[in-house]
Amino acid sequence: MVELTLPKNSKIRTGKTWPKPEGATNLREYKIYRWSPDDGENPSIDTYFVDSDDCGPMVLDALLWIKNNIDPTLTLRRSCREGICGSCAMNIDGTNTLACTKGADDINGAVKIYPLPHMPVVKDLVPDLTVPYAQLTSIEPYLKTVSPEPAKEWLQSHEDRQKLDGLYECILCFCCQTSCPSYWWNGERYLGPAVLLQAYRWLIDSRDEATGERLDNLEDPFRLYRCHTIMNCAQTCPKGLNPAKAIAEIKKMMVERHV
Amino acid sequence: MSRTTVASQRPLSPHLTIYRWPITMTLSIAHRITGGALYVGTLLVAWWLVAAATSPDWFATANAVMGSIIGKLVLLGYTWAMFLHAVGGVRHMLWDTGVAMEKQVSRQTAWASLIASVVLTALTWIALYLVL
Repeated sequence: MVELTLPKNSKIRTGKTWPKPEGATNLREYKIYRWSPDDGENPSIDTYFVDSDDCGPMVLDALLWIKNNIDPTLTLRRSCREGICGSCAMNIDGTNTLACTKGADDINGAVKIYPLPHMPVVKDLVPDLTVPYAQLTSIEPYLKTVSPEPAKEWLQSHEDRQKLDGLYECILCFCCQTSCPSYWWNGERYLGPAVLLQAYRWLIDSRDEATGERLDNLEDPFRLYRCHTIMNCAQTCPKGLNPAKAIAEIKKMMVERHV
Repeated sequence: MSRTTVASQRPLSPHLTIYRWPITMTLSIAHRITGGALYVGTLLVAWWLVAAATSPDWFATANAVMGSIIGKLVLLGYTWAMFLHAVGGVRHMLWDTGVAMEKQVSRQTAWASLIASVVLTALTWIALYLVL
């Protein structure tokens, strides 16, 4: 259901403003969402000042600079620092993206950082992704076949392989998933853009032999058809992929098998 | 070992209030709102027709209401809602065939449909004033 306001325990307080680093001349202001399970308080926005002369160019660099120099309790996920693992997905300057590939210079004014939207928060910038992972499991994101296993690989023509371009690059950061208002309001039942892009990746794979079964599983007013082409997914994907297009292709496959 | 958070105690991260609305998202909700507004507008037209069929007095009353400043503003809004919804409908029809969904193209068609709806509304009203 549409909810315009946050639940009582989620309303955001004004938080702490941390002292500016001494001697720094090139300061950048960061406003960061904080919540700790340990103190029973509501979430807050803390303000930090980062010495840009002493810090790398990306938002992730600044977050780690804060962690190292100001506040070691700031909690976030990160791993590869080059846009391939999807761990540091968060809402930066109003848009979901990867902290490691988002340049701080691309943002005007104070850099505002929140966890991925409309998700339960484990701590600070770490959202609980249990539901999207369970949804991913439900579409069986692996090769399903009935033919006897070939002696070597399952072969595929170059043309068929090209159909996976724009799909296989997805790193499952869930930026698109949590940018989607349909997913905000119906996330329990709508599979969401990231999971549907994965579903299409297996539907269109020439080697997969469970296409009909997969489509049966998606034929549902909520699982697939809650996509109303709001297009936030395509606007926000840090890898430049287009989940909305993949969903449109699934809808076309649904029609095609009925005519 | 510290206790883990009970999942139900976890706060919900902010969404609508902190998200920077892309033009496509704005047009999407505008499409819905104008769709709802068209029901009301169509009721007005139906009322006008019923009044016309009832008696000259009723028709005169309906004409007076619609001809007032507020009535004209409502009709202007109805015209705009109709054009925005119609152009949005074409956009959705194209999307159903899988075309025009690219990131940049969807932004361009969003702006185009907004501009088209304003221009079509203006042309309609100018034409009406010239004819009547």
